[in-house]
Amino acid sequence: MNGIAAAVVLALALAAPALASDRHPSLAELETELICPTCHTTLDQSSAPIADRMRAFIRARIAAGDTGGEIKAKLVAQFGPAVLASPPKKGLDLLVWLLPLAGVVAGAVVLGVLARRWSRGRGGEAGARPPGDPGSNGRPPLGPDVERRVDEELARFDS
Amino acid sequence: MPLRVVAQGLALALVVGLLALLIWKLSHGPPGKLAVGSRVPGFTLSRVDAPGHLALSSLRGKVVVLNFWASWCVPCKQEAPLLESASKRWRARGVVVLGVDSRDFTGDARRFMRKYQLTYPVVRDGSGSRADSYGVDGYPETFFIGPDGRLSRHLVGQIASRAQLDAGIRKALRA
Repeated sequence: MNGIAAAVVLALALAAPALASDRHPSLAELETELICPTCHTTLDQSSAPIADRMRAFIRARIAAGDTGGEIKAKLVAQFGPAVLASPPKKGLDLLVWLLPLAGVVAGAVVLGVLARRWSRGRGGEAGARPPGDPGSNGRPPLGPDVERRVDEELARFDS
Repeated sequence: MPLRVVAQGLALALVVGLLALLIWKLSHGPPGKLAVGSRVPGFTLSRVDAPGHLALSSLRGKVVVLNFWASWCVPCKQEAPLLESASKRWRARGVVVLGVDSRDFTGDARRFMRKYQLTYPVVRDGSGSRADSYGVDGYPETFFIGPDGRLSRHLVGQIASRAQLDAGIRKALRA
């Protein structure tokens, strides 16, 4: 329960700056999230003429009060989705976000199952002979004749 | 044992999947330069100069001077008057100059067209995917397409002169 509450608080803490940043985007921030269509690097690393033109466009849209999402949508309308450094979280592109997560979950499940099998195997070995069993000292169990003779000797010794 | 089989199956599926992805990427990657004589890739793109779309196939039977350009490209500015002049001079002979504004803002393209008084049709290739299908790796590039839809000549970079442009058109008309 405490874990869920902590996760919710963490999610809210991370979501708040993200929302603020979308409402009041900065050029420097958007430059890292957009790709120059001619040189295929992020805008902050490009000095191509179209990258300069895109920076001018972003400055103008920020001044006009557009959100980060609106600016990106306008650039996608001009240059296509490849202008985004990160694929959109919808449609087939959602797979890019979900597959790594699925991989981590699958890995955790496999590790969990392997750990469980390993611990069960060790438990099974230890439990193969109940405590107190004469064979549990690592030697083979005594035969019935030998066992009977030992019992007789012990009984004689006790009397 | 069954877990090992499942793990091996998953690993095998992963390897096969990655191989399939590699093959798909190689087969769908941008092609190299078009060879002279080869059939050019078709397209239907929205027009910059007018509403609606234009299909390259609608120009079959005519010589097409297909010019890939962008408003931010300096050599494109220098060759624009040559293309406009050729468009007017050769129109009656069934020659169409078709501009493809690529990796550009539509507004910038329209300003460019007004500034250089371009009257020939221009279509929009914002993502540059059409340019990629023609193997364009810089702007401008010009493809002379014969009436049969095959590439007759290809010029990389700025058209040097009216004579060079006319020679390309004459060759395509003979194709």
